[in-house]
Amino acid sequence: MGSSSGEEEGTNKWVPPSQRPELADVVPVGQDDGPCPVVSISYRDDFREVMDYFRALYSAGERSPRALHFTAEAIHFNPGNYTVWHFRRLVLEALDTDLLQEMNFVDQIAESNPKNYQVWHHKRWLAEKLGPDAANSEHEFTRKMLAIDAKNYHAWSHRQWVLQALGGWESELQYCNQLLEEDVFNNSAWNQRYLVITSSPLLGGLVAMRDSEVDYTVEAIMANPRNESPWRYLKGLYKGDNYLPVADRRISDVCLKVLKDDSTCIFALSLLVDLLRMGLQPSDELKGTIESMENCDPETSHVDLATAVCSILQKCDPLRISYWSWYRTTLS
Amino acid sequence: MGEPGELAADEHVRYIVTAEKKKDSFESLVMEHLRLSGAYWGLTTLDLLHKLQAVDAREVVDWIMSCYHPESGGFAGNVGHDPHVLYTLSAVQVLCLFDRLDVLDVDKIADYVAGLQKEDGSFAGDIWGEVDTRFSYISICTLSLLHRLHKINVEKAVEYIVSCKNLDGGFGAMPGGESHAGQIFCCVGALAITGSLHHVDRDLLGWWLCERQCRDGGLNGRPEKLADVCYSWWVLSSLIMIDRVHWIDKEKLAKFILNCQDKENGGISDRPDNAVDIYHTYFGVAGLSLMEYPGVKPMDPAYALPLDVVNRIFLRKQQ
Repeated sequence: MGSSSGEEEGTNKWVPPSQRPELADVVPVGQDDGPCPVVSISYRDDFREVMDYFRALYSAGERSPRALHFTAEAIHFNPGNYTVWHFRRLVLEALDTDLLQEMNFVDQIAESNPKNYQVWHHKRWLAEKLGPDAANSEHEFTRKMLAIDAKNYHAWSHRQWVLQALGGWESELQYCNQLLEEDVFNNSAWNQRYLVITSSPLLGGLVAMRDSEVDYTVEAIMANPRNESPWRYLKGLYKGDNYLPVADRRISDVCLKVLKDDSTCIFALSLLVDLLRMGLQPSDELKGTIESMENCDPETSHVDLATAVCSILQKCDPLRISYWSWYRTTLS
Repeated sequence: MGEPGELAADEHVRYIVTAEKKKDSFESLVMEHLRLSGAYWGLTTLDLLHKLQAVDAREVVDWIMSCYHPESGGFAGNVGHDPHVLYTLSAVQVLCLFDRLDVLDVDKIADYVAGLQKEDGSFAGDIWGEVDTRFSYISICTLSLLHRLHKINVEKAVEYIVSCKNLDGGFGAMPGGESHAGQIFCCVGALAITGSLHHVDRDLLGWWLCERQCRDGGLNGRPEKLADVCYSWWVLSSLIMIDRVHWIDKEKLAKFILNCQDKENGGISDRPDNAVDIYHTYFGVAGLSLMEYPGVKPMDPAYALPLDVVNRIFLRKQQ
């Protein structure tokens, strides 16, 4: 925390604002925290002094280079203080500052504060002003941030906004492939993939993409059957349609293949019972597999296949036994 | 006392009332601008534990009103900061706790919030235009508590929220955004308040939400993430609103929350053995309240206030 008195001087020793000649005419304004005993706060002294001077410049509405420098300093102390950012934008607008330089400034802050709402909003404000030319560099930046934390919600939101507002879809599906290669359990990347196949102006939409996406997803499931995300994605590919997933043998086949190796895979059992409920006529092989799994339980041997699958789920997912018990009641 | 698995209510009350942060602590620096939300977390927890009288109501109300911006009609997170809907809701909620909505210029505040609705039905958080389904909830909740929902285009607001629905039945921060338990609370809460829950696929979302329960009993906010006490609130309240809360293992969840307590000095942390903070203390106690834990007041899952407070607002004749 704490930085030099102005980002351009490059001095290493921090000088308290009260000892800086360029601020001699400013009368600091203290924070009035009132008498409320809940969440009372003691401030570190240097931070308090910086904020006292910030408040003075802010309440005077001073739109000057020194005010801009001072907001940078206050931001270094506390990048979450939204009022400092607000004031900075007012000063930036008044001074007609170079916005690319400002983007570099905020990128540096974002790198050390990747989950800060204010920082990402400031970036968006700048990107909006810079327009489509900013798309590629913004995508590069979120890529860099997602390389550090591939599930950072702020970075994803920003990336999606840039895609939809400024463009840059060209390599997005490839990027999803890359992230899923690195970590196939990354739900954010699966979510992004869904956005790309449904919204990219370059790919033709969900219906055009469905066939190849089913292959891709089945492969991902076979590699890691206990991964929640691709199972949900697979269902999402048939959004709202009860006929198509039942008719597409690849869907019931992936359930069967998984269950042969891992008879307690909740997601395979769950999708299977969904398919059965939607009217899947089970193959003899599928019937045989399920029956061999539950043949130790004579109670279920005479019920229909969907109910049998539900009773298996009740046993192998005890944390959610109430959900599966409810599901079972919907079958009759 | 001292048994593992009991709520250390007295210690939590003491922790909140004496939440004097250590000088030089990082939290003290970063909390300054959101002090009003801190007040909401702390005071709601006190009320849930039947100890709201431990603070001086008049002092609190005076301080809250010193965060008010009469020109805009919004509240700032602290004295001298800029107004934002986040803190406007916190201010209204705290005033509800003390039954002091009478100090407000209700129409002025409602106009501030309503003025932030955009053409597509979404809401910005302040004049700078950051849009997020969090702000849809905040605006709708604030206006409803003030009996002023008619000041916005509710139909459009609902339409925008529904446009953020995902293939898993959950909701994100904006259209296409990943489902996240916190955003789901906001969207389901806003839909509940506006009587629009028919847009939710309850069984699909309910299953996604109950899949958030991890082996340790705690809840996470997204697949493959660690459990965190705060999701006890976001997930449970959503499950209650869609009438599916019986799908999770409450006993295991309660144990997880109770294991996150600092039983000596009070406070609750995100995960067992981590440092406590006021945010997780609130979410832990609120989560227990939703599970009808003995000695804790029942909480309204949509308004995030004790049920008796919400009843007082809506059973009383409208202003």
